[in-house]
Amino acid sequence: MSKNGQGLLEVLKGQESDLLADWIKEQSGVAPRRGASIRESEVRDQCKEFLGLFQSAIRDGGADDIQGPRWGGVRELLSNLSRTRGLQGFSPSETASFVFSLKKPLFTRLGRAHAKDAEGLAEATWSANQLLDSLGLYTTEVHQKAREEVISRQQQEMLELSTPVVKLWEGILALPMIGTLDSARTQVVMESLLQRIVETGSNIAIIDITGVPTVDTLTAQHLLKTVTAARLMGAECIISGIRPQIAQTIVHLGVDLGDVTTKASLADAFAIALERTGRGVRKVRAGS
Amino acid sequence: MERIPILKMGDFLIVTIQVDMHDRLVTTLQDDLTSMISSHGSHGVLIDISSLDMVDSFIGRMIGNIAGMSRVLDAETVVVGMRPAVAITLVELGLSLDGVRTALDVEKGMILLRASTRRRLTEEDEDGRDEG
Repeated sequence: MSKNGQGLLEVLKGQESDLLADWIKEQSGVAPRRGASIRESEVRDQCKEFLGLFQSAIRDGGADDIQGPRWGGVRELLSNLSRTRGLQGFSPSETASFVFSLKKPLFTRLGRAHAKDAEGLAEATWSANQLLDSLGLYTTEVHQKAREEVISRQQQEMLELSTPVVKLWEGILALPMIGTLDSARTQVVMESLLQRIVETGSNIAIIDITGVPTVDTLTAQHLLKTVTAARLMGAECIISGIRPQIAQTIVHLGVDLGDVTTKASLADAFAIALERTGRGVRKVRAGS
Repeated sequence: MERIPILKMGDFLIVTIQVDMHDRLVTTLQDDLTSMISSHGSHGVLIDISSLDMVDSFIGRMIGNIAGMSRVLDAETVVVGMRPAVAITLVELGLSLDGVRTALDVEKGMILLRASTRRRLTEEDEDGRDEG
């Protein structure tokens, strides 16, 4: 293996600038980029840095294990590269082609170096191939991981965005729920509602489910949990915004909403909340 | 031995739980409270648990039991100041404390107690008038 690594290294060192030029040409040929363009000078810098690190990694650690500490520099370069390219909108295969496009110019040169030695050529090609494959796969992995991070961050943001607790009046809170209710969201909703109840000292909380697309037994259970928790703290809950279909579903499913007050619209719920806190709305002058 | 103090305020009794509850303490509290209710003829009990930041099923059941005992002795129980985390825990444990009235703080709890005893007194008056 070290012999092959040696051969690879000689090729890399001897014809570096030549190889670099070919590699860049190869890359500009691959995959026409839609919108997500990258400057050629940047590509050149990245390629040059990669070749430098690649050489020193082979020299120090051999071509065996890219997870080893010797390959740390190369790995870091590749993960930075695939992260930035991922954010620029490159697809995983476009990102991986950065590494894979090195194959052609490299193998051509290996072939020339081992012109008389078929067995040596096969071996050198095989080891270089393996190495580049694992590096290419590594970029894909990082690319995917970066995407997953973006997705999970967005999920978190959505979770925070979609559960505002608003104060309608002194002692009356409203919680307009939007989107599907699952266990994780219910937990967040419950916590923020109870926290606000404590902060504002509100007696009544209106949970508006106009924005909840479907209600199944699980969702109903989550809602009831929130209502019970609020009741335990001394606040009363009113559920509003129940659409006709949802009312039918609730009855068909046999969900028992118990003694929870339910109203068709937020306005009705607000009216009853005002009444319960000893207030009312009256017209001050004849309007249109 | 440590005990939880029970304060008498007019017609009502006030219990503030500020330490971690354990079995012995709870039995003592139940003994003290029931004997206080019967000796003073109290109509309402207010339990403040705003300093309680950890509950288990035992404490949950204990609160329910105290409420039940007071009701048997003709006193209303109001639990006040439950923290969000405690409320969530009790719900997850499946203890919804049915039959226990709750309020956000001591002040609101007192208003609730007064209202319910007043209602009861007027009802009694009306009953008396009907009979007379």
